[in-house]
Amino acid sequence: MRVTVDMDLCQSHGQCVFAAPEIFAFDDEENLVHQEHPDEAEREQAERAAALCPVRAVTVAPAPSPAAP
Amino acid sequence: MRAPHRVVVVGASLAGLSAARTLRAEGWTGSLTVVGAEPHLPYDRPPLSKEVLAREEEPELPRLPLPAGPDARWLLGRRAVRLDTSERRVTLSDGTGLAYDGLVIATGAHARTPRAGGPAPPGVFTLRGWDDALAVRARLGAGRSLVVVGGGFLGSEIAAAARARGTAVTLVEAAEQPLTRALGRVAGAYVAGLQEEAGITVRTGTRVTGFRTALGGGLCAVELTNASAVPADTAVVALGGVPATDWLAGSGLLLDQGVCCDPFLRALRGDGSPAPGVVAAGDAAKVPYALAGGSRVTTGHWADALAQGAAAASTLLHGETAGPYDTVPSFWADLHGARFRSVGLPSLADEATVLEHDPAGRRLEIAYHHRGSPVGALTAGRTSRLAAYRAELASAARSAGVCAAAPSAGTRTG
Repeated sequence: MRVTVDMDLCQSHGQCVFAAPEIFAFDDEENLVHQEHPDEAEREQAERAAALCPVRAVTVAPAPSPAAP
Repeated sequence: MRAPHRVVVVGASLAGLSAARTLRAEGWTGSLTVVGAEPHLPYDRPPLSKEVLAREEEPELPRLPLPAGPDARWLLGRRAVRLDTSERRVTLSDGTGLAYDGLVIATGAHARTPRAGGPAPPGVFTLRGWDDALAVRARLGAGRSLVVVGGGFLGSEIAAAARARGTAVTLVEAAEQPLTRALGRVAGAYVAGLQEEAGITVRTGTRVTGFRTALGGGLCAVELTNASAVPADTAVVALGGVPATDWLAGSGLLLDQGVCCDPFLRALRGDGSPAPGVVAAGDAAKVPYALAGGSRVTTGHWADALAQGAAAASTLLHGETAGPYDTVPSFWADLHGARFRSVGLPSLADEATVLEHDPAGRRLEIAYHHRGSPVGALTAGRTSRLAAYRAELASAARSAGVCAAAPSAGTRTG
């Protein structure tokens, strides 16, 4: 799973950190740091973080479609 | 639990939109109608008291993304005026009747107006919607003078934005510091210090008694309880919100400064049972929070409107299997270069522990407790520390368990 954050939009509101602390965190300078390729098992948390971002800076790439037979 | 066929969402702001988006995101394809009192499609309100006022450039309506999937019907520029829960019908201001088997009440709040005598003259505003923000914005700048009535978050943000545009600003607050009710005296004094440093005149411990007008009828000064008057051509009254539930009179729903909800966000009737197919979310809803010992609270926060809208929609689709609403509240406010971030319900605290206090560095950390249990935290410039507080609050809330509070005194049935 790929998670991207548009740092031009990010205002460090913190909603993603509260929704998905395994993926998002702040450093001591208030900059958001995040895992770009979290485990697929954390998709629900990642999507919740994206939905809660007040400036819609978080994007979660869609789940890969099942491989064709 | 059978999913509804016809859902009516009354309220086209964040909570109502979130409910509509969630219904579609979950694959529900039934008939969806959204009623909005304002003529605009859903837009985001936090920018209205921030960049919309503060920036020199002409602002654009901060639109919010609409639901995916089958089109919703948007009935904008009309209000709901009546709810009949036995006939399951909403009546609008233009006479339209809407039948529902699922109803989301998300009508938000009106701005509270000052009690001081008589109708306010031209030049006195409240700020709730886009049109309000544009009207206030047009009156800011160098050579203009503004009195902000109320030193809560909204008032403090308006004062900061107006000052950034060069306006002469006086902030009037009845308590001894701004933000005292929400965050206590230490945080209030911290914010007052930032406001004074920015050149805002902060008048605390005083109330507005009246508005003085010039010969043309427009505002020229705001009169205060200590018999003084502050010259101003514009005043913005920011005394908080009143839940917009007047249209629910006679509906049989339990109203107590908001629609009283159970933990699944179902609207309760006078006998304490949920009204069939009716849920509520956002500033019009009063929702039990485990952190508050199960008492019903309206936080007024953006994040709660969003999460409650989603939870209310899930209840309509799945009933109690959707699970109770159990989000830890959080909010943000950027004031004078300080990034305030908070989790929990600091207003419930009987004790505030200051762990860091550095106004010059724009740093602050306060932990809030009630009877020894954690109820909230506030930081400025230390957002990195809030995740741990939030985890602690979530676990405290879980162990407290959600128990629906008994209706408080003064509760009335609409």
